[in-house]
Amino acid sequence: MINYIIRRLFYVVPVLLGVNILTFVLFFVVNTPDDMARMQLGDKHVTQEAVDNWKQQRGYHLPLLWNEQEEGLQKASNTIFFKKSVGLFVFDLGISDNGRDIVADITQRMWPSLAIAIPSLIFGVLANITFALLLIFYRSSVLEFAGLFLCITLMSISGLFYIIAGQYFIGKLLALTPISGYAPGIDAFKFILLPVFIGVVGGLGSGARWYRTLFLEEAAKDYVRTAKAKGLSDLQVLFRHVLKNTMIPILTGIVVILPLLFMGSLITESFFGIPGLGSYTIDAISSQDFAIVRSMVFLGSFLYIIGLLMTDISYTLVDPRVRLD
Amino acid sequence: MLTLLWTDIAIFGLVIGAVVAVWRSSKKEHLRRPWAKIFNNRMGVVSLTIVLFFLLVGVLDSVRLQHYEKLPDGDYSEHAKALSVLDIILTPIRLQVEKTYSEPFAHTAYAKEMNVDEAGVTQWLYPRLLYGGAHLNNPKSDKQADILLKIGKGLAHGLLAWLGFIFLLRLTKRNLFKTKLKGVNSGLLTLLVIFCVVGMIASLGSFYHILGTDKVGEDVLYQAIKSIRTGLVIGGLTTIVMLPIAIGLGLMAGFFRGWVDDVIQYLYTTLSSIPGVLLIAAAILMAQVYMANNPALFTTLEDRADMRLLLLCFILGITSWTGLCRLLRAETLKIREMDYVVAACALGVGRFQLLKRHVLPNVMHLVMITIVLDFSGLVLAEAVLSYINIGVDPSTYSWGNMINTSRLEMAREPIVWWSLTAAFVFMFTLVLAANLFADAVRDAFDPRYIE
Repeated sequence: MINYIIRRLFYVVPVLLGVNILTFVLFFVVNTPDDMARMQLGDKHVTQEAVDNWKQQRGYHLPLLWNEQEEGLQKASNTIFFKKSVGLFVFDLGISDNGRDIVADITQRMWPSLAIAIPSLIFGVLANITFALLLIFYRSSVLEFAGLFLCITLMSISGLFYIIAGQYFIGKLLALTPISGYAPGIDAFKFILLPVFIGVVGGLGSGARWYRTLFLEEAAKDYVRTAKAKGLSDLQVLFRHVLKNTMIPILTGIVVILPLLFMGSLITESFFGIPGLGSYTIDAISSQDFAIVRSMVFLGSFLYIIGLLMTDISYTLVDPRVRLD
Repeated sequence: MLTLLWTDIAIFGLVIGAVVAVWRSSKKEHLRRPWAKIFNNRMGVVSLTIVLFFLLVGVLDSVRLQHYEKLPDGDYSEHAKALSVLDIILTPIRLQVEKTYSEPFAHTAYAKEMNVDEAGVTQWLYPRLLYGGAHLNNPKSDKQADILLKIGKGLAHGLLAWLGFIFLLRLTKRNLFKTKLKGVNSGLLTLLVIFCVVGMIASLGSFYHILGTDKVGEDVLYQAIKSIRTGLVIGGLTTIVMLPIAIGLGLMAGFFRGWVDDVIQYLYTTLSSIPGVLLIAAAILMAQVYMANNPALFTTLEDRADMRLLLLCFILGITSWTGLCRLLRAETLKIREMDYVVAACALGVGRFQLLKRHVLPNVMHLVMITIVLDFSGLVLAEAVLSYINIGVDPSTYSWGNMINTSRLEMAREPIVWWSLTAAFVFMFTLVLAANLFADAVRDAFDPRYIE
């Protein structure tokens, strides 16, 4: 087991290196730092000095891969690739284009993101499982057909609609919750109610359908037939056998997204004015802050890979049939 | 004269490809069976009809002609403008531009204005619209009756057109109504609904703004209809970009195994580990920098917007091939161990032939299912991307752009709801139809769903 984890961790390195090279190519090779500077400083009427100055301040004045002017190892290390990309491996994310420390920003902004993401996940999974169980329980009846149609309808509605309609009807007309905003500490409660509710409703359609297929797969197995044959009622079979065994794919499916919860949700956070990592990323994209976008790309991939690793490990923990060697 | 943008060419390619695929599969018995199953499924046929109607609108919007506009004074404009056939059909709606907001079916503007009448008296009132309800002398009392009359007329025309259409179908296909396929009648009824809606739009469109007007007075219905093409391009072209990569790499990884498999697995793990939205954002940001620095390459605004749409499809394709590739790899691993493949291999069939003749046809159902399942997701994604400003160009008509611009109008008092509603309703119709069709396709093509 420990061996397996170590082996997997070694496998993580080339993937992260790949991500790193890809972002490097995307951000520095496709367009030179000169182009970025011109874009940031305003298109045509920029002097070369202003461009050089901008690059100097942000450390983009170095050569891309190989510095001829330096001696020895410095030839490779005193370059944009080494300074800007390799630093990401030790989470030295550096300074954003407008001069703020990215690591400090991230540690401060991840809490509001988590405050939204964790309740959304928990209540979302509970709602999805309940709905899926109801669909299974009323199998091949009019109720199931209606429920499935409801699922497809919910899936077909744009996520933006849920947010805008929720803000308008619940926030503005009924005035049950604030329309947007955030407050630290215990006051946050009333601000996260609406985003969490909307997150749960928005994910219900596809989530319930997905869990339903998992339940159906499990319900088609032989032991379920045996359980029914020996006289257990439908409810008992559903809760004692099907639900328990389906929890394996459900739980492992959740584990993969756990690390990504830190990243927050781009759309929800920016609509509700929550100062989390999602809105941080959106702001960076709209103000074209390349340093932040690059850091978030790297952080996101890192968390995703951690999630994959955790999934594999959690399989061995919950399913005794799976052994990792 | 015909002028084409790159996305137009791609759309025609896609449509021709689909037609060829359907024609070829109709000759093969084993492929006809799942299609018969779809046509037996009422929901499947209804949704297919709606999707095809949207597709027709999209294709009409892609045939661009050099058109001399008829000016209000009766003359023709000096310079030809590249307009799509759809634009020409929708000319009355397209050109009836008001000053600013107006409600659906309104005859007056949405906000009061200072107005000086002929006698020189200044009044603070709702001014009459330039086009909406302008044919009525006494709108307050006559409007309702007029609208009902026009709706009735439109319905009657729709019904007549439908009857004519059925008559033509009967002439070409004698046994149409004797068919045992359950869905055909539902499809024809859906057609009736579509004909009636088109009829109503045709009879009301040039007299009223059916869905109101937006901030600059442009008809919202026109915008919503024009957005159909963008949605289809995003959903369709992305597939074209994605398919060759996913099929090629997926089959190779599963078939050759060894180091080829390792490299391909590494590729898709790396790509799928980058959060999709961020990769798209980074690529679009870079494209903007590139376009800002090379203005000579993109001469017209239209070219620029079109390039950006194409690029967006390209990027979406690059980020979305990994799922299908993984599926195909797993399936190929299974198939290559099957007896018939081993037998073919023993008989000396080449590797390429083996892949083409024996493996590919047996994974096509997965490809088919993925295409239709992804389509609706991509249409929805466009709206979200446009909201973050990394979607299509702001000058392109798209539901995402409509939502994005009208989002702030929700805070207005009184609120302007029609732009937003129109975009959501159109998007919902297309996505719901696509989702229902995807379900029908999966039921028909996925062997695991046979019960």
